[in-house]
Amino acid sequence: MRRLMITIVALMLLAVPSVHAVQPDEIMGDPAKEARARDLSRELRCMVCQNQSIDDSDAPLARDLRLLVRERIAAGDSNSQVLDFLVARYGEFVLLKPRFEKQTMLLWLLAPVLLIAGGLALWLQIRRRANSGANLPAPPLTADEEARVAALMSDEAKSS
Amino acid sequence: MIAESGHYALVLALALALIQSIVPLIGARLRDDALMNVARSTALAQLLFVGASFIALVTLHVQSDFSVANVYENSHSMKPLLYKITGVWGNHEGSMLLWVSILALFGGLVAAFGNNLPLSLRAHVLAVQAWIASAFYLFILMTSNPFLRIVNPPIEGRDLNPVLQDIGLAVHPPMLYLGYVGFSISFSFAIAALMEGRIDAAWARWVRPWTLVAWIFLTLGIAMGSYWAYYELGWGGWWFWDPVENASLMPWLAGTALLHSALVMEKRNALKVWTILLSILTFSLSLLGTFLVRSGVITSVHAFATDPTRGVFILLILCLFIGGSLSLFAGRATSLKQGGLFAPISREGALVLNNLLLTVACAVVLFGTLYPLAMEVLADFKMSVGAPFYNLTFVPLFALLLLAVPFGPLLAWKRGDLLGVTQRLLAAGVAGLVAVAIAWGWASGGSTLAPLAIGLGIFVIAGAVTDIAERTGLVRVPFRTALHRARGLPRSAWGTAFAHAGLGVALIGIVCETTWNSEYIATMKQNDIAHVAGYDLKLDGLFSRQGPNFREMIAEFNVSRDGEKISVMTPSKRSFTTRGSSTTEAALLTRGASQLYVSLGDATAEGAIAVRIYHKPLVLLIWWGPVLMAFGGVLSLSDRRLRVGAPKPARARQRLQPAE
Repeated sequence: MRRLMITIVALMLLAVPSVHAVQPDEIMGDPAKEARARDLSRELRCMVCQNQSIDDSDAPLARDLRLLVRERIAAGDSNSQVLDFLVARYGEFVLLKPRFEKQTMLLWLLAPVLLIAGGLALWLQIRRRANSGANLPAPPLTADEEARVAALMSDEAKSS
Repeated sequence: MIAESGHYALVLALALALIQSIVPLIGARLRDDALMNVARSTALAQLLFVGASFIALVTLHVQSDFSVANVYENSHSMKPLLYKITGVWGNHEGSMLLWVSILALFGGLVAAFGNNLPLSLRAHVLAVQAWIASAFYLFILMTSNPFLRIVNPPIEGRDLNPVLQDIGLAVHPPMLYLGYVGFSISFSFAIAALMEGRIDAAWARWVRPWTLVAWIFLTLGIAMGSYWAYYELGWGGWWFWDPVENASLMPWLAGTALLHSALVMEKRNALKVWTILLSILTFSLSLLGTFLVRSGVITSVHAFATDPTRGVFILLILCLFIGGSLSLFAGRATSLKQGGLFAPISREGALVLNNLLLTVACAVVLFGTLYPLAMEVLADFKMSVGAPFYNLTFVPLFALLLLAVPFGPLLAWKRGDLLGVTQRLLAAGVAGLVAVAIAWGWASGGSTLAPLAIGLGIFVIAGAVTDIAERTGLVRVPFRTALHRARGLPRSAWGTAFAHAGLGVALIGIVCETTWNSEYIATMKQNDIAHVAGYDLKLDGLFSRQGPNFREMIAEFNVSRDGEKISVMTPSKRSFTTRGSSTTEAALLTRGASQLYVSLGDATAEGAIAVRIYHKPLVLLIWWGPVLMAFGGVLSLSDRRLRVGAPKPARARQRLQPAE
């Protein structure tokens, strides 16, 4: 399916120029800084692509952003400063990991809230059941059922 | 003529579907067998006509009939035959036709093999199938007709997008659709049960094989798509958390939950309401996936707004079916009788936990996919949700789930003994810890999470082995007895073990690939040597070659290790003249479960070329895992219990067999 989607995107852009994710000429001399640049790149979205990070994307815009990230790192920015710089320029859209804010709170809290709520609901149900049905003695068998049980038991005794 | 016949066949199929939507229900109301049996004939006839329509489109593509717009836009006379055929569903209209063809196929299968179903249940199920079919036939005929002609036919077509000219297109979409659409059966069964107001353990037995079939195909389809992306995109990524992938993952998660809850319902007659709800949700998520992909809403909200006909149509279908089924559920669910009490620590309890975690994980993916869309539309706030988000939310949920997986099958029904199970899992736990220690020592530093995750994977696999060992008494009885018992085990027990082990295998692959992947990115000239993970790759030369509908530049690498020659790798870049675009054909060298991966960038004027080389340790486990899971599914499907079917009344002999 993703390929079908890629097709549609490609059709819209009418042939993506064949640039490659992280080009040899982009790599920074200092391996530690380059590693930082790669880590940051994985958290930044290539804005013309479909949820691809700039680290993965072939698009020219992604290359520009990769170079920009490296430029900021070379200028001595910390990781969060680089991210701030990009957000100031391109908006929250550029972050693949949305910041915890008013608008994104629901998204971030969904998993823990659902898990706790689901767990709580189950626990309550178990307790309710334990208090109502489970502890009551089973109703006594009717004469008919007794006869069927007896028949079954003798059946089993014969066959084993 | 062929195009018109195909079109007409589709119209006839719609007419049949409309009959099938109404007549069997009237029959069920009047208790008229003849009217109820209409569903069977119409379902089979529908399959015939949709099949004819689909074959017509394939024929048009194979014959390169460019007077048909769909063929002109997606084919080329020089394209290899395989891609002429697969190109049929490599576009919107054709893929929708494939969708309804598969829907008709499932309807036909229920009609043909559903003889052991109670007549009124079958009539209801097929009627619901026909509602879905009618909606989608209408969608195709009104907004996405693949048989439209062009007034002045061009001489040559515009070719299929080069990225899609790959064997992956032959396998991936059909498999995925078999999965997506297969869940329509459990949906129809659920709606039928709600309409009839009757549901019992036998119902779960009928539903389970169909769900299982859909699940197997969806599992393989997703895995296949992931492998395709891995080798085709040229940088070795295999999962992107993009909305289209999420669209296929959500039904998988819900479907997996459904498989497990249907088990509880079948064996213990409990969780009925929940199973019905999951059946509805799973197919609803399939529909949502179809909407997301087919409406173009995720590519851009604005593109959707400018050409909304298709999107709005599917959105209407979506609302109608999801809204309708959920209201029906809300109205009728309370009338279903709950049965089968169980203690929290029990097999049922474990399956409930499985369902809780899977549904929360599914909700996370659903939110992650739709939240940015909602934010953009409602608050004009543009945001993205990508891999780093899911790593923090989805991954911990799955880690919890995996931790619980080995316990489930070992717990007894009704009331389990957690301490006893823990003791029995001791060996598996020790194996996991040893794996953590080994991975820790071997990686020396680096990520702390990776060795723990490896240990978890080993624990899950060892847990699956423990399950089988416990059932056969492997350690306690003589080996021959154990072997004999192993042969006597129900296939579904083996299925469970294989599917669970597959999870562990996939986890190990994922962790190894993401953590210990080494890469080399450089511009290489002839005779340059790249050193990657102990391998030496020497660039022997560049040459070009003419393909059927493309030109390609090939680089030849000699791969050696410690001076010993291993193989030659030939990655290439293809330029497709018609579309003016190009693809990267990565070269893969498989060594055990690990792979060397070479892909090419652009050539420079001096005859050098940008090269990316990766060594991906144990990467193939990522896809062997799902294959194991699917194999487990097939084993379970072949279990006697499901093969024979449910409705036979229990005879005395069967009653004496143990519950499993």
